[in-house]
Amino acid sequence: MRHVLAIYRKELRLYFDSPIAYIFIVVFLAITSWLFFRTFFLIRVASMRSFFAIIPWLCMFFIPAVSMRLWAEERKTGSNELLMSWPLQEWEVVLGKYLAALTVYVVTIILTTPLAIVVGALGSPEWGVIVGSYLGCIFLGAAILAIGTFISSLTSNQIVAFIVSVIIVAGLTIVGQPLVTMFLQGPLTVLVPYAEWLGLANHFSSISRGVIDSRDIIYYILLAALPLYLTVKSIQASKVG
Amino acid sequence: MIEVENLTKRFGSTLAVDTVSFTVKPGEVVGFLGPNGAGKTTTMRIITGLIYPQSGTARVNGKDIWDEPVDVRKLLGYLPEATPLYDEMNVMDFLGFVATVRGIPPREIAARVERMIEVCSLQTMAFKDISELSRGFRQRVGLAQALIHDPPALVLDEPTSGLDPTQILEIRRLVRELGKEKAILFSTHILDEANKTCDRILIINNGRLVGEGSPHDLAAMASGETIYSLEFKGDTELLTEKLPDHFKVTHSRPGGEGYTGLELACSDPADHSEELFDLTVSVGGKLRQLSRKEATLEDVFLELTKGGEA
Repeated sequence: MRHVLAIYRKELRLYFDSPIAYIFIVVFLAITSWLFFRTFFLIRVASMRSFFAIIPWLCMFFIPAVSMRLWAEERKTGSNELLMSWPLQEWEVVLGKYLAALTVYVVTIILTTPLAIVVGALGSPEWGVIVGSYLGCIFLGAAILAIGTFISSLTSNQIVAFIVSVIIVAGLTIVGQPLVTMFLQGPLTVLVPYAEWLGLANHFSSISRGVIDSRDIIYYILLAALPLYLTVKSIQASKVG
Repeated sequence: MIEVENLTKRFGSTLAVDTVSFTVKPGEVVGFLGPNGAGKTTTMRIITGLIYPQSGTARVNGKDIWDEPVDVRKLLGYLPEATPLYDEMNVMDFLGFVATVRGIPPREIAARVERMIEVCSLQTMAFKDISELSRGFRQRVGLAQALIHDPPALVLDEPTSGLDPTQILEIRRLVRELGKEKAILFSTHILDEANKTCDRILIINNGRLVGEGSPHDLAAMASGETIYSLEFKGDTELLTEKLPDHFKVTHSRPGGEGYTGLELACSDPADHSEELFDLTVSVGGKLRQLSRKEATLEDVFLELTKGGEA
């Protein structure tokens, strides 16, 4: 665990010593707040629903921007050569890096809580829904981040890592939406429940309703664990090549 | 102690390392010499556990890269080629991080980092970002990183490349100093460097070990013969007749003032200069010059790696 912690602290410092984390946080907060308050006072309902509705779509772009450098940068500069010459297990490095990126995201999400306070001051929102939605945000981000980490471990080009991650996450986000499922007609209708189960946004909206369903939690945990496992494997595989 | 046994590594259709075996004992600096692309870096990366070979194995103090890769890395200090480092960190933080990752107990870290800064003369750079350092200082940070846990074995991939002559001398001195107790494998493509720094040299070409021995042994091995050149005045024919079997006259030319310049090839590597001198005296001749010339390491290197260009 000491190794994971050392990697975690180093990565976290790299995020916060450079402008990456700050740009991420500021832009994320600016966009979410603007989109939220644009309609908040018009609708005159003390609810954060419109805020959480845009989170999956923002995460699609923002989280790959955080994860793209995790491995691609190391491969580019060759510092992974150094990293892998130290007595570390692959999973320790993968986990340390992942948790650091996750921290950047969680900090950003925590910094949006003043919105909830504003809403609470102006009316009486359903707090259960808000807490559930925040939990959903964390789970959603954790899953997307794991996918981004895996993609980043496959390339030495950060831009490639970013674009491929966005495409995959976008695919997973819309696969369960009516936009896609409406095309599954005739005999293909049997696929609809599967597509809906696979959709990132579906599980998010289900948690956002304030209902913590173990199926949603398991879905997100699986979706975070599998790419991380694959990242470890891809790093091990690159040693055999 | 680094032991390498029958290593073979193929990248696609290229054979990067072909059944290479050698050992590096503690207290020994072994130079790994070869043209660029000969397989030096690949061999070193295998020893460090960065990549795995197709067959064969490497051991560090008895720990096998296949069975205990993490233990192997604990025993090794590795300086990669071109010294990639974390540019955004400053020297102190970077070394502190390496010490933590290396499993040095937290309360000893500060002292250890301090010590490394001293050994590698980094005092003036301790709080600078690594990205601001010159090539020479980067290299020293790389060395400090490799030495911080006081490993029994060191693998240094071209530690002097890109440095100026003073820095090269410093690094060489440090390597020799460390080589008194540690097993050091150190690659270079500069002959002179291997000659001056190493106790033993391994020559690799096209993935195969083509020569092994002390700089002196290798030189003798190259030509298999030593050349004596002398200027002699007297009965040349009689001298030639009386020469022992292992001598052969390869060249003879008039040298002026009645002297004859002779070149003799000797198949026995031992020094026969005195014998030659006595011989010239016994035939009643005079000697103006006598010298013995061994093949240099350069000759050996060119000879041994010649196959690669064909």
